Amino acid sequence: MLRPLSTLGSYVLLMRRVLTKPQKGKLFWQQLFFEIDQLGLDSLGIVAFISVFMGAVVAIQTAYNIDSPLIPMSMVGFTTRQSIILEFSPTVICLILAGKVGSRIASQIGTMRVTEQIDALEIMGVNSANYLIFPKVVASVLIYPVLIVFSMWLGIIGGGAAMMFSKLVSMHDYIHGIRIDFEAFTIFYALTKTIFFAFIIATVSGFFGYQTQGGALEVGQASTKAVVVSSIVIILFNLVLTQLLLG
Amino acid sequence: MIEGRNINKFFGDNHVLRDVSCTFHPGKTNLIIGQSGSGKTVLMKCLVGLFEVDSGQVLYDSRNFSAMNIEQRKEIRQELGMLFQGAALFDSLTVEGNVMFPLNMFTKKSAEEKIERVNFVLKRVNLENRNKLMPSELSGGMKKRVAIARAIVMNPKYLFCDEPNSGLDPQTSNVIDLLIQELTYEYGITTIVNTHDMNSVLSIGDSIEFIYQGQIWWSGNKEEILHMGNKELNDFVFGTELTKRLRK
Repeated sequence: MLRPLSTLGSYVLLMRRVLTKPQKGKLFWQQLFFEIDQLGLDSLGIVAFISVFMGAVVAIQTAYNIDSPLIPMSMVGFTTRQSIILEFSPTVICLILAGKVGSRIASQIGTMRVTEQIDALEIMGVNSANYLIFPKVVASVLIYPVLIVFSMWLGIIGGGAAMMFSKLVSMHDYIHGIRIDFEAFTIFYALTKTIFFAFIIATVSGFFGYQTQGGALEVGQASTKAVVVSSIVIILFNLVLTQLLLG
Repeated sequence: MIEGRNINKFFGDNHVLRDVSCTFHPGKTNLIIGQSGSGKTVLMKCLVGLFEVDSGQVLYDSRNFSAMNIEQRKEIRQELGMLFQGAALFDSLTVEGNVMFPLNMFTKKSAEEKIERVNFVLKRVNLENRNKLMPSELSGGMKKRVAIARAIVMNPKYLFCDEPNSGLDPQTSNVIDLLIQELTYEYGITTIVNTHDMNSVLSIGDSIEFIYQGQIWWSGNKEEILHMGNKELNDFVFGTELTKRLRK
């Protein structure tokens, strides 16, 4: 019982050092653009691949499960849109990013810790937590919503492509379905969740990397912990945010 | 001058530093020597503030470093440079980027001034025209020299070197030792070197503190160390086959 509380306390203390004004603005902006490229743009390929196939599978499964003649086939488009926007893009893609980006952040910072690079920064008088983690947090919070909007778009296109090739539903019905009862709030809900998840991925992974002590084995363990804990926290916050925003 | 006064440091129940008092003088290479696990790295980390002392004081020219908060310490940190055991170069930066890092972070010099200063210190450590190499392209000795260049680029008053020869062959070790000594004399730096290499001790030990089981066991210099009757010190000094044969 004490260990999770102690970890939470350490996380809060680290965040007090991370979430402060950068010591040198010019270096911060350089780091920020670098991290946007590394943490966001570098993930475009995997996000696109997963989104297209996720959308296609959701559309095919929905089409196969509609066997009542009373339900219009446009429901396939509607269900695909709602599933992709409300849950699949913000949550599933963020879980995948927690694996890809989270392990990268934890192993990068963990390696810097065990090779004394973080000590070197501290000796110089640099707030190492702020210098290393803050640009990653800001970059994630800025770029993940862009990735998720991209994922939503590709997911819906993927669903459409699946319907076009499988001929389970006509394109007319599918497009009609994705336009039924659209509420802009669903996008707001999805992007709000994304911003929270982006913050969780960057800070939790940064925390486990920063706390690493030992050698290569411990860097690997930190990386695994970062992914597992980020994923668990994302799932928990998903429930809380859904209840708060939609409940 | 750097002083440690009655420093105690615990890790749990393990009393690592026991009432350590020591003085390190400017313009001298001050060595902390001792066996692995004797507490010399902990002492160095306490002196630079990477570990907090549990009791006692660390003074930089009479300024009580241990009593300062993070902001106050920043001022002193900019006066000190440190060479780490593994060089601790930033992997993502070139040689030039590594050496320029403190200048970018703490000065308002123009790009030309920074390049000029970087080239000057790289030349000083015999690494001219290696600016664009990445740390992964450097040998162990070159990494140490880049780390020295980074440590001195801000004209430090205090230089800390944690086992500067670890992983290096005897000739390269000697080059690094002499470079540290030259820079110390040239700029009047208070240099503290952590080592268990007897070649370094005999080569650059202007002032030596022998630490044993967390206590300062003996203080002296390279001339005196070979002629002491202290058993623990002699076990350390004449611990290798080579030094045993030389003694005979």
